[in-house]
Amino acid sequence: MKKLDNILKNPLVSTVLAIILGFMVASVILLAVGYKPGQCLAVMFNAVFSRPKFIMNVIIKSSPIILTGLSVFFAFKSGLFNIGAEGQYIASTIVTTILGIILDLPPLIQVPVIVLGGVLAGALLGAAVGFLKAKFGINEVITSIMFNWIALYLCNYVSNSERFHRPESDGTFSIRDSGFTNLFYNWKFSKEGREYLKNNQFLNDAVLKTDFSLNFIIAVIMAFVVWLILYKTVKGYEFRVSGINVDAARNNGMCVERNIVYSMLIAGALSGLAGALTVTGTGSHNIHVLAIFENNGFNGMSVALIAGGTPFGCIFAGLLFSGLIYAGQSLQFKTGAPSEIVNIMIGVIVFFVALTQFMPTLVDMISKRRNKDV
Amino acid sequence: MEISKDYAVQMRGIMKSFGDFKVLDDVNLDVKKGTIHAILGENGAGKSTLMNILYGLYTADAGEIYLNGEVADIKNPHLAINNGIGMVHQHFMLIDKFTVLQNIILGSENTNKFGVIDMKKEKKRVIEIIKEYNLKVDLSSRIRNISVGMQQRVEILKALYRGVDILILDEPTAVLTPMEIDDLIDIMRDLVKNGKTVIIITHKLKEIIRSSNECAIIRKGKLIGSVKVEDETEQSLAEKMVGRKVRLSVERTPSDFGKDVFEVNDISVRSIRGIQTVKNLSFKIRQGEIFGIAGVEGNGQKELIEAIIGIRNVESGKIKINGKEIQNTSNLNVLNNGISIIHDDRHKYGCILDFTVSENMILNKCRQKPFSKNGLLNDSVRDKFTDELIEKYDVRPKNCKNMRMASLSGGNQQKLVIGREISNNPDLLIAVQPTRGLDVGAIEYVRKTLIDLRDKGKAILLISLELDEILDVADTISVIYNGEIVGTFSNETADENKIGLLMAGGKNNEKIG
Repeated sequence: MKKLDNILKNPLVSTVLAIILGFMVASVILLAVGYKPGQCLAVMFNAVFSRPKFIMNVIIKSSPIILTGLSVFFAFKSGLFNIGAEGQYIASTIVTTILGIILDLPPLIQVPVIVLGGVLAGALLGAAVGFLKAKFGINEVITSIMFNWIALYLCNYVSNSERFHRPESDGTFSIRDSGFTNLFYNWKFSKEGREYLKNNQFLNDAVLKTDFSLNFIIAVIMAFVVWLILYKTVKGYEFRVSGINVDAARNNGMCVERNIVYSMLIAGALSGLAGALTVTGTGSHNIHVLAIFENNGFNGMSVALIAGGTPFGCIFAGLLFSGLIYAGQSLQFKTGAPSEIVNIMIGVIVFFVALTQFMPTLVDMISKRRNKDV
Repeated sequence: MEISKDYAVQMRGIMKSFGDFKVLDDVNLDVKKGTIHAILGENGAGKSTLMNILYGLYTADAGEIYLNGEVADIKNPHLAINNGIGMVHQHFMLIDKFTVLQNIILGSENTNKFGVIDMKKEKKRVIEIIKEYNLKVDLSSRIRNISVGMQQRVEILKALYRGVDILILDEPTAVLTPMEIDDLIDIMRDLVKNGKTVIIITHKLKEIIRSSNECAIIRKGKLIGSVKVEDETEQSLAEKMVGRKVRLSVERTPSDFGKDVFEVNDISVRSIRGIQTVKNLSFKIRQGEIFGIAGVEGNGQKELIEAIIGIRNVESGKIKINGKEIQNTSNLNVLNNGISIIHDDRHKYGCILDFTVSENMILNKCRQKPFSKNGLLNDSVRDKFTDELIEKYDVRPKNCKNMRMASLSGGNQQKLVIGREISNNPDLLIAVQPTRGLDVGAIEYVRKTLIDLRDKGKAILLISLELDEILDVADTISVIYNGEIVGTFSNETADENKIGLLMAGGKNNEKIG
């Protein structure tokens, strides 16, 4: 029994169990509204794993939410709730797009400049939230939410502005292709590129038909960087102390106010990076009118929650989340299940995964009760 | 002992483990009706756990509880109250913004058929209880506006209002001033006179001798014995509790004072509410001197400390260390100028309970070489330093470096905090209630450490609510009252009664020392 308890306490085992449990509950819901759960799950599985292209798409789509997840995670470790990841992400896409259209530099300079521009936009928005909290004590949740809407409407304004609006669309022009971060972009559409890929079915599917880019690698590197900052630098140590016990920080020579601004700046930069890389690396390389939030930042909050105690958890949580969203779209498309059902399924699974953090306590409680019965 | 009606509480063979750790091992307890019964033990001995089992907060792994000779199954505090058991915790469970009356009736309100509380009727009932037990308290005051001693009375009233016969008090004197302690002992006697039974959990020997009839001593989860208090002395109780010979007061040799190190010159400080709580206060501390400030809580000590360590600005006046002015700068600047502080509330100010022990040891050193270089932490230096502190200050368990700070006992946490601050090699060490919440063995150790430090020529500012501690350790004793220093004595000329009077606001006509 004790052995079983220890196995159950293992975070990996409990997470897998939670996902299975989540799918089971989701199946019951599907059954209740008249869909065949077995068929639905098969559709979802195939949607992610049946083709290299699908797997690649899941990986690509996970990159921004891993980064916004890291952003929320970083702020959380510093005792702050960065609900503004969404706004920071949008602000960054705006700046990256504008710079990407206006500037015309060689690719080697163009890419860093426009990405940095976006990162800076996110960082400034984050820092502004931090500053308002540090200086005037305004709760970061309130200012963040307001900044989210400011960013959203700014995005719509820029999308519709005369200078950037592309006629007969709801968005702006694409950025110049010197700013693209897609890998092998020119090569894969060239003659020899097509020729080469034709002979390799796998690569053809995974590279040619997707936004194959460095984004995911960068997100993984950033997870490592976040870990490095938080656990190996003096500032990171101060952030964590300020985050967990403001009084202790203040009484041990730390300037809590300055730390709030810095850590929000870094959190904003991470969300900014997510936005910038999305513009340079995926889709139509532009911004467009937003009717509602696209949830790249808000999903980051779920990712950070599922991630548990380490930044590396954000990578796996991001992949899981991205997979669920991707499979959900396919489910809607193939079986006609309404998107609400898909969202309920995602919600249930996330709920169970989030619950695994209480697994050790739960196991202890159960084993205690068991001992008493004996 | 037989199970009998003469006993309010009888516990038999109580066992309790947390994980693999046996907190209580086959404990028996007999509490006679209408007595004050003390449970004595060091921190972590299991005395609070035992009482939490009686109150239904924990369930025992094995054992039975008998109330008035009959077996009782107390699964939760609600059942405990129904069985006539009430408990006042160390940290009060009151609602700050409610009035005293509202707090007393909260959770067991009697309502009419429309669900409305008849406040008049309730008030009458509460006033009857107040009269019966002589528990004077203003029912219309809000909790946040009354003293800690008064809040404790409210807690006791709350229990009595629910009709309890057995009242458990968990460390009731830990937060009280000497006079409030006297009042509490009177209250306990009144309770017993009216047929109630009182159980107090404590590690303070003096109060047991003064208040209790019987005393159960628990050491490391085992009942060492139950004794009649009248047969015991503080010394004998202490030895039974710790399990070895202890010295209750430290040896203090006269000290040679050197030059002035630290000076507070005519400072005034306002509290967070804007009230001037420190008024034109001045003192000096010399090398090799322990300067004690005695006083009842809330007489400006908090603001004085905050002003010295640079987290609160002074309105006027100067604070100097080695001749250098440090008032109205920053906490970091104060630290860098050779001032270290041991806080009274180590959990709030002195350490991070969720961090590892080792991480805690660089709380105010993280910016210094060799603990960090170019902004990067050096973990191996930190770990080595932690090992040295653990060795030097005899912290248990020995391999606690990577454990969470919260998993250590209070005494061991304090040893680490003190070790960390002393290792800063400060010119002035401020110690605020450095022995708060510690057991006898640890108290002895902490006081000795302070005196050793003094003998090395350091200046020490000791601020404590416990007069005994100041009389025991300090070379010079000042009394603070209402933000002013109202009397200063040398240790040799200090008179306990006189200082006690000054602490309470009495006048001092002749200044001595």
